Amino acid sequence: MILRTLLTLLWLAGMFVSPAQAALDPALVKQLNADDTDQKILAIKQLALTADADTTRVLQALANDALLIDGDRVIRMDGERAYDAVTGQEISPLPETAATLVINNRVRGELATTLAALKLFVPNRDQRLAAAKELEDNADPFFIPILDRALAQERDPEIKDLVAQARALIALKSPDPAKRLAAVKILGESDNPSLKVRLIALTDPAKEPDERVRIAAKTSLRALNARLTLGENIERIFSGLSLGSVLLLAALGLAITYGVMGVINMAHGELLMVGAYATYIVQTLFRHYFPGALDWYVVAAVPVAFFSAALAGIILERTVIRWLYGRPLETLLATWGLSLILIQAARVIFGPQNLAVANPSWMSGGVQLMSNVVLPWNRIIIIGFALFVLALVWVLLNRTRLGLFVRAVTQNRAMAGCVGVPTGRIDTLAFGLGAGIAGLGGVALSQIANVGPDMGQGYIVDSFMVVVLGGVGQLAGAVWAALGLGIASKFLEGWVGAVIAKIVVLAFIIVFIQKRPQGLFALKGRFVEN
Amino acid sequence: MKRRNFFKASVVSLSLAVAGLVSLPALAADTIKVGILHSLSGTMAISETALKETALMTIADINAHGGVLGKKLEPVVVDPASNWPLFAEKARQLLTQDKVAVVFGCWTSVSRKSVLPVFKELNGLLFYPVQYEGEELEKNVFYTGAAPNQQAIPAVEYLMSKDGGGAKRFFLLGTDYVYPRTTNKILRAFLKSKGVADKDIEEVYTPFGHSDYQTIVANIKKFSAGGKTAVISTINGDSNVPFYKELGNAGLKATDVPVVAFSVGEEELRGVDTKPLVGHLAAWNYFMSLKNPENTKFIKMYKDWAKKEKLPNADKVVTNDPMEATYVGIHMWKQAVEKAKSTDVNKVIAAMAGQSFKAPDGFTIKMDEKNHHLHKPVFIGEIRPDGQFNVVWKTPGPIKAEPWSPYIPGNDKKKGEPDTK
Repeated sequence: MILRTLLTLLWLAGMFVSPAQAALDPALVKQLNADDTDQKILAIKQLALTADADTTRVLQALANDALLIDGDRVIRMDGERAYDAVTGQEISPLPETAATLVINNRVRGELATTLAALKLFVPNRDQRLAAAKELEDNADPFFIPILDRALAQERDPEIKDLVAQARALIALKSPDPAKRLAAVKILGESDNPSLKVRLIALTDPAKEPDERVRIAAKTSLRALNARLTLGENIERIFSGLSLGSVLLLAALGLAITYGVMGVINMAHGELLMVGAYATYIVQTLFRHYFPGALDWYVVAAVPVAFFSAALAGIILERTVIRWLYGRPLETLLATWGLSLILIQAARVIFGPQNLAVANPSWMSGGVQLMSNVVLPWNRIIIIGFALFVLALVWVLLNRTRLGLFVRAVTQNRAMAGCVGVPTGRIDTLAFGLGAGIAGLGGVALSQIANVGPDMGQGYIVDSFMVVVLGGVGQLAGAVWAALGLGIASKFLEGWVGAVIAKIVVLAFIIVFIQKRPQGLFALKGRFVEN
Repeated sequence: MKRRNFFKASVVSLSLAVAGLVSLPALAADTIKVGILHSLSGTMAISETALKETALMTIADINAHGGVLGKKLEPVVVDPASNWPLFAEKARQLLTQDKVAVVFGCWTSVSRKSVLPVFKELNGLLFYPVQYEGEELEKNVFYTGAAPNQQAIPAVEYLMSKDGGGAKRFFLLGTDYVYPRTTNKILRAFLKSKGVADKDIEEVYTPFGHSDYQTIVANIKKFSAGGKTAVISTINGDSNVPFYKELGNAGLKATDVPVVAFSVGEEELRGVDTKPLVGHLAAWNYFMSLKNPENTKFIKMYKDWAKKEKLPNADKVVTNDPMEATYVGIHMWKQAVEKAKSTDVNKVIAAMAGQSFKAPDGFTIKMDEKNHHLHKPVFIGEIRPDGQFNVVWKTPGPIKAEPWSPYIPGNDKKKGEPDTK
């Protein structure tokens, strides 16, 4: 407490005296390397008092692990170049003995708020907004003067709201009931889950003497809770959609090979794997040849994965599967063998370990919808991608000549052959198409799950589940089954946990298939019996 | 004397020759077979493959320096494929068919539990190199990883301290098997003894290989609204990659909700973009970033090995705690064999007591005289942007293992040494 008061005083002094562009105090910079964390934090705050560009640079470097210690000297790294942190002189070459100045989470947190406080006054709006967001939760009485100054200066309403909220949080501890009341009312408009505890504390008569504040706190709490529940449900539905879209991508290829063509393809999971490995190869090539465009490797990986998986599928069809049409049991065994061959091949070529497929920067992070709802970009993009693939398949099957032939062959092979459809070639192409779609699924999976030789095994059961549940023979069933399974398992997970949820879903499917073996959507018509 | 030596030598060579007539692999007498039992495929391959490489490297190094008792070591590598019953089968094969003198292996506790009956029945010798939940003390096993008081308990104490963020609520997240369940049982008892209420502890388990962590990360976020929260992760294997990816994407920062992991080291982080994870923690008894001559030697040895063996991404290989424990274990076994002048299991077990070794963790660590566990230093590290760890807390020196955690009722009556029968 004494430390804090002292710091506040120091800060106030700094605010009013507004120091000239004094050079950094060497002793303070050295104190950043103190063994004791309290000393370190004290040094950071005292340095922040000067609030000039040099300080910001040094503190930013500390936050980025770019501050080195070499004996008594503190060195700031800027990319490859090294500067003396105090004097700003360039140091070259960098001494061998220099070691990074280590900070822990506590220091990192304090640094983040201090830097945010310093950034409340930069001209760039986005930086100010980010700074205000950072301060929102972590405000500490130490920042009152700076927040007040920012409130007075700030013109942007969004930033001003955030700063007001941060200010209100501090005011909750104020001895003046009127201030507390005002603060509680401001907080009622927030959707920040971390405020809940503080509001709950204010509804307790033992902690809050003023009746009016207690009532206001209750109202604010109700509003906050309603908003939080809404947020949770949005998040749950979103993750259900996301899981559904992943299942759909995994199962769509199978919906063609098994659903439409009737081939029980146990190697389907490995076709997903081929797609994922293709993504990995494209990433490696980009890293090697076009490091500048690395962020866009995923886009390039889409066609590569499609064609490599399609090629693998065509080879499988030509060499093995076509000799087994109409013999489902043998097909099952043969494709299972093929899946083992493919897994071992991947193990021999790429090694048994999982490979790192990085999210490009535009797929990292997320959109902050509410303060307790962040929708990750990679999931949003995968939902979009699933829709794209679905549209592609639909167009291919319903609007192209190939699709017409595929439908003709599956509906009545003999008749299609009679009118001149090359049934053998159509089988190959259709199987290749299914495999290619699986490859596209592999691209999506590589962005959220592990890429390894066994990855396909984890999806084969899910894929069959989706296709069988949806009803063999058409695509719409697969779509509804995937989304339904996704959302159901996410809601179940919320109640009973991941392990039980999986059991419940599987048990449900067993019961469902017993009652309705044809799946959600059954084909109607004369050819069903074949 | 001379004559007697000559006599002895001729008897030995004669019996050798006879043995050679009877059974063909007589040459085996020139080597000592050692078994390596690590999953090279399946969900645990991410962690265990590196242990196989470390064991092979250490064995090659020992052979290059003259072997053990004048004989070369001959590694026998098997792949139990992350399949627990297969571990028992492969262990039996190593002990009965290959007749190995010792086995280095296992990562998950469930695999260790599944091979235990085999080692007891056939009186084999297992060196287990990974931190685990304790509650076990077997004559046939030496534990070169940490017991809970050498990893889990200090880590939680750190999280509760001022520097660790002063956590008040704990989210215990693990893979669903014996190690996370037992560790969390111990931690729950420990937290209660520190005055943490049941409503401030949440326990969640996922299956092996789980890859969709959206709901769980959302739950962590919700739980953390109730006060300063820390997540204690006992997730094992490749599930860690999607978990950390989700964590990064959901914007949960280490300064708000730190995650401390007991099974995540340098090797597991190779598959992850570590920038969003800076500041999350791991507790181990060794980090690659430790600076001491033994460690420099160890890292160089492994890097050279990776290059020589053309391991995937050989230029970027890392070392981690269980690798160090494997390295230490093999050397200690060698010392014990040399002390016992025999590879006989009972003699080696007796000779292991009190063995010490200058380890890459910077200390000369000792095998306890009685309890089959190493005395180890504890380090807590924060993830750096480059996937290495900054040590932010450490014990002053090695501490003795308590395989029977005092936080589990009834353990105070258990002996600190294995039954000899």
